[in-house]
Amino acid sequence: MKEKQMAVVLSQKEIAQGIYDMWIETSLAGEAKPGQFLGIYSREKDKLLPRPISICETAPEKKALRIVYRVAGAGTGEFSGYGPGTGIALLGPLGNGFPLEAGKGKKVFLLGGGIGIPPILELAKRLEAEKQIIAGYRDGALFLKEDLEKYGSLYVATEDGSAGTRGNVMDAIGEKGLEAEVIYACGPMPMLRAVKKYAADRHIPAYISLEEHMACGVGACLGCVVRTKEKDPHSHVHNARICTDGPVFEAGDVEI
Amino acid sequence: MGQKMNTQVTLAGVTLKNPVMTASGTFGSGMEYSEFVDLNRLGAVVTKGVANVPWPGNPTPRVAEVYGGMLNAIGLQNPGIDVFLERDIPFLKQFDTRVIVNVCGKTVEDYVEVVERLGEERAVSMLEINVSCPNVKEGAIAFGQNAQALTHITREIKRHAKQPVIMKLSPNVTDIAEMAKAAEAAGADALSLINTITGMKIDIHKRKFALANRTGGMSGPAIKPIAVRMVYQAAHAVKIPVIGMGGISSGEDAVEFLLAGASAVSVGAMNFVNPYATVEVAEGIERYMEQYHVENVTDLIGAVD
Repeated sequence: MKEKQMAVVLSQKEIAQGIYDMWIETSLAGEAKPGQFLGIYSREKDKLLPRPISICETAPEKKALRIVYRVAGAGTGEFSGYGPGTGIALLGPLGNGFPLEAGKGKKVFLLGGGIGIPPILELAKRLEAEKQIIAGYRDGALFLKEDLEKYGSLYVATEDGSAGTRGNVMDAIGEKGLEAEVIYACGPMPMLRAVKKYAADRHIPAYISLEEHMACGVGACLGCVVRTKEKDPHSHVHNARICTDGPVFEAGDVEI
Repeated sequence: MGQKMNTQVTLAGVTLKNPVMTASGTFGSGMEYSEFVDLNRLGAVVTKGVANVPWPGNPTPRVAEVYGGMLNAIGLQNPGIDVFLERDIPFLKQFDTRVIVNVCGKTVEDYVEVVERLGEERAVSMLEINVSCPNVKEGAIAFGQNAQALTHITREIKRHAKQPVIMKLSPNVTDIAEMAKAAEAAGADALSLINTITGMKIDIHKRKFALANRTGGMSGPAIKPIAVRMVYQAAHAVKIPVIGMGGISSGEDAVEFLLAGASAVSVGAMNFVNPYATVEVAEGIERYMEQYHVENVTDLIGAVD
């Protein structure tokens, strides 16, 4: 059940330039699934809309949930200043999440690019599979590296070549000669397009997490849509709602 | 709540348990927000615009935040009347609230087709005619910015409608009173206003329009004073009831619209900010009535000196 609630910040630190790691105490921790996201509200009345931020990790036994996000504007800039004990207004859990059954027992790629890396962590924790995690960074600030290593074989790519393969996640797959039966991915649109093509060429399923400017976050406003191959379940016009029908789609089902 | 308090309002012969409705396009057909609020607590659910055929809407980005509000250019994406009748009406029938269907179209004939399809649907209490969406190229606002065009479409719809007709007016006009009078003279049973105000946002870093449609409709608390003024002007120009909306987020905001002359109010963009907003507005009106010993909510309508 989705709800809007006031939760409390447990801790926060900057783990790479402009990238923040926040633990929040919230009853939503027990319900949240990998690939789902939260809407986080500013305290300022001039900034109305919830900021969609993916869930990085959950610790239901502590009623705690972790987000790792990039400061992209004034709203996320405000969140980055929250210290322990600060109240934080959340809407969630939102979206469908990654389908765990699709990759169960199989050889899988878990691909994260940039600020698309965080949701891969909870997915890696929960997915029972032969996991090859490939994380693509801009530079040598390899945030979440130690966390990811705990749950699978980690391969790193950096744009500046300062660590791992020089280039992106697809370059790392090529260089290491990796193979998979199922792909899960979150990252920037050019990466997701490359993943879609890679999966289509090999006839394997790829579950990609999309983002778009959102307003309500719950499927009412029809602000965040993606063109779909088949008629979408809501409006029957080939425009699915990323916030509720997604954010995770099978790559072949969406035109990106 | 005091026993004597009466929150009922009557619009064109249709009685609502309280004056709080949802603004079209911000609440779907109620399904999404029924996870957050009890729809039985609302005076009416006003649905997202429904056309005769499915409409795909505009390219993305469709929404952008602005100071104290937002812009949208959804472009009236909707599944069309067939799916609406099959799926949304049966859903809404489960609740003890009035159902008002917002109707959109590209031509007068499109509107009439939807109005006729809804005519036999007893669960639909009223029709709201969207002649004010600023985000589509054909229809909608083209009928709402010219008194003659508004007169023509209102007459045509009234000739075919079985339910009372609310004309939803645009604030993007020079003289709202003139438009209100034109709709009334053409037979409208009620008016609702305001729809969104046309706006624009530019990302100066990317040197790009924030919305793919370039312009969008602005809503949210920042537009409330404009809405209150227009509701006041419209309500004082006509005898038919006016439904007021534009940036309502609390019971106090709703009371302000009632005092300006609105007979009912709608909660719009604030649903996105607070999914419980509709019921909180209804409760806020009750608290105000208690505080000021108002027995009938109708006593507040236009009650400003």
